[in-house]
Amino acid sequence: MANPTHESAAAGPRQVVFGMPTPDEIVTERSHELRQRLHKFPEGEALEDDDIELPTEPMTVNMGPSHPAMHGTVRIVLTLDGETVKDTDVQVGYLHRCFEKEAESATWTQVFPYTDRLNYVSPLLNNVGFAMAVEKLLGVEKLVPERAQYIRVIVGEISRITDHLTCLGAASAELGALTVFFWMIKAREWIWELLEELTGARLTHSYVRIGGVQADLTENFSARLLDTLKRVREALADAESALIKNRIFRDRMDGIATISAEDAIAWGWTGPCLRSTGVPYDVRKDHPYLVYDRFDFDVPVGSVGDNFDRYAVRLEEIRQSMRILEQALQQIQPGPVLIDDPRIALPPKREVYNTIEGMIGHFKQIVDGIRVPPGEVYSYSEGGNGELGFYIVSDGTGRPYRCHVRAPSFINTQVLAKLIHGAGVADIIPTFGMINMIGGECDR
Amino acid sequence: MSKVDLDKLVAQFREAVLSTHSSHGDDTAVVSAGQLGAVMRWLKGAGFDYLVDLTAVDRLGQEPRFEVVYHLRSMSSGSRLRIKVPAHQVEDGPAPEVPSIVQIWPVANWLEREVWDMFGIKFTGHPDLRRILLYEEFIGYPLRKDYPKEKRQPLIRRDYTME
Amino acid sequence: MAENYLTKLDDALNWARKYSLFTYPFATACCAMEFMATMAPKHDIARFGAEFPRFSPRQADLLIIIGTITEKQAPALHRIWAQMAEPKYVMAFGVCASTGGFYQNYGTVPGCDQIIPVDVYVPGCPPRPEQVLDGLILVQKKITEGTTWVQRRDRGEKHGGEWVTPRPSENAEKKPGHLPVVS
Repeated sequence: MANPTHESAAAGPRQVVFGMPTPDEIVTERSHELRQRLHKFPEGEALEDDDIELPTEPMTVNMGPSHPAMHGTVRIVLTLDGETVKDTDVQVGYLHRCFEKEAESATWTQVFPYTDRLNYVSPLLNNVGFAMAVEKLLGVEKLVPERAQYIRVIVGEISRITDHLTCLGAASAELGALTVFFWMIKAREWIWELLEELTGARLTHSYVRIGGVQADLTENFSARLLDTLKRVREALADAESALIKNRIFRDRMDGIATISAEDAIAWGWTGPCLRSTGVPYDVRKDHPYLVYDRFDFDVPVGSVGDNFDRYAVRLEEIRQSMRILEQALQQIQPGPVLIDDPRIALPPKREVYNTIEGMIGHFKQIVDGIRVPPGEVYSYSEGGNGELGFYIVSDGTGRPYRCHVRAPSFINTQVLAKLIHGAGVADIIPTFGMINMIGGECDR
Repeated sequence: MSKVDLDKLVAQFREAVLSTHSSHGDDTAVVSAGQLGAVMRWLKGAGFDYLVDLTAVDRLGQEPRFEVVYHLRSMSSGSRLRIKVPAHQVEDGPAPEVPSIVQIWPVANWLEREVWDMFGIKFTGHPDLRRILLYEEFIGYPLRKDYPKEKRQPLIRRDYTME
Repeated sequence: MAENYLTKLDDALNWARKYSLFTYPFATACCAMEFMATMAPKHDIARFGAEFPRFSPRQADLLIIIGTITEKQAPALHRIWAQMAEPKYVMAFGVCASTGGFYQNYGTVPGCDQIIPVDVYVPGCPPRPEQVLDGLILVQKKITEGTTWVQRRDRGEKHGGEWVTPRPSENAEKKPGHLPVVS
């Protein structure tokens, strides 16, 4: 019946026994002694956490592969000490749909639907990236008509807006702010309606072709787009007022998963994640492509590199994309939207149905594919999550020999294990959400 | 701008650089596998502090069969470089080996695991080389040209018996 | 067709079940975006009673498989379905979950009905929210009529295939897992 508190000295951990009796104690009927082992600590002596030695052992818990976080399917095997993460193993590959193998058996134009489903929240950016890579290998980057380049910029920026809206909305929903999620999805619906009118599909557009885009902008597109952007601005202002000064939101996002700029570069980060650490690397500014050098826009940059900075950078990027869209709609001029070379782009339907050359050209291109000269090229553009690169090797036939995607989501997710080490389980959700791992792009 | 880098690289590592060429605006240097670590360390010191991509190409029928392709970028100057490392595969022989660069750029960890998963190229010195996109029970390396696209290896299937 | 002989109690239970389906959205790929849109205020799924996604299989009764199922994911999918309490219904959302879509390769399961029995297939890549709601109404109709898989099985019907529990295939020898040290 000794009271351990009084026996041991103040230094060293104190043994505290509590709770259920052990089987030995029950059998030897010592359990009735437990009730008398009440610890009365002397008045004024605070009990520090470090002073108590609790019997613990780490627990292995699985998050995923099917989990409520809305971003992508991933399995995080955690070894927890209470609520603190001691060890992680991030396992990806649960959505490996073999894009690169499928691309090797499809013609160059048939790869476009597969690229849609890579980063499926900003599909047009993937389309544009792949088209630019093939045009670079063909050597016709400068021959793509200017109107097509403007249209690619316009639809690309609209896709970037949907990407960031989905990321912000899903991140808010995971933290409990379901209303903001519905506002963002409502804003995304307006944009999808616009894209459905233009491309025919809400989500998987396959709108871009090698040498241009598939069809011209619809009538009155410009006015409708500006009106939609106005409404999206209002929705964003609502979301901002609900979250930015919210105590709970800031507590869960500020200071969590901080990373320095050197670490971010060493771990391969690009895009909004890298810009949140302070590095102003944006492919649109550093290696301007299409007609991005004609627009005046800023690159938002964070300072600390925590979750809240990533959130704020994405929010601000939506506004910058809207700036680019307004300038593009003013600057765009009428003209053709597809290159006039029958070896690269399909001839117009009037020629296909009325002339023999058009019909044969159409047939050869659909069946055999575009003849891309042998060679290899690496082409890069700014995707929703960072530098989206396509490394293409051609062997002269109408099908790619090797088509590799430099997927920013795959590379950004690698550092997740390091970011959540030592954090609580509840910190994994916003961190994973703000990295914006899109399953289709991570696993290809 | 990058031509200067290529020339400096060739001047520094005369025996390691097997060939160089520039096409479509990209600069490429083919480096032998033995010296890869030294070349990469020198390149990182010379300003190429960002490893953009790491992948491989299977050139079935040519010697060497595999090429491991590295893309580098300099954050300060914006110049890019491609390094290719040939890897030989003897018919039905052991997996080709290339030194790992995880110590130089930590981002190479998952990228090299992916190349191991898809092509079967071993990276010596990698701390944890196991499959990443496919499951451990998968046999074979799917992105090799001799793996048929539709050869499935199901982990779990339902039994059907027709009545 | 076998006569659907249901008692009044069954009718009442089916009415209650179909108008309060708790969904388990097994979301993997792009179709998840359209599922978000179906839950959103514009094409409100709450009007059909299926508002609450329950992210635990023990608490859900409609398993919606949203997106491509890969071979790596298949054992997890079967486990989730096995953990659900009866009566349970399954909807395959999207053409990847129905038949594999245009992904016919080594990594994709050609349709989730290779793993679990499915009641309703909603094709589309991705399907519009209106199609999804149509599929949900079809599930509700099947529950009323008694033609879902669980109801058929409980009546002892066999219709073209004997549904047995999946077995792991020959090359699924489990290796001991390990966790790398994060340094």
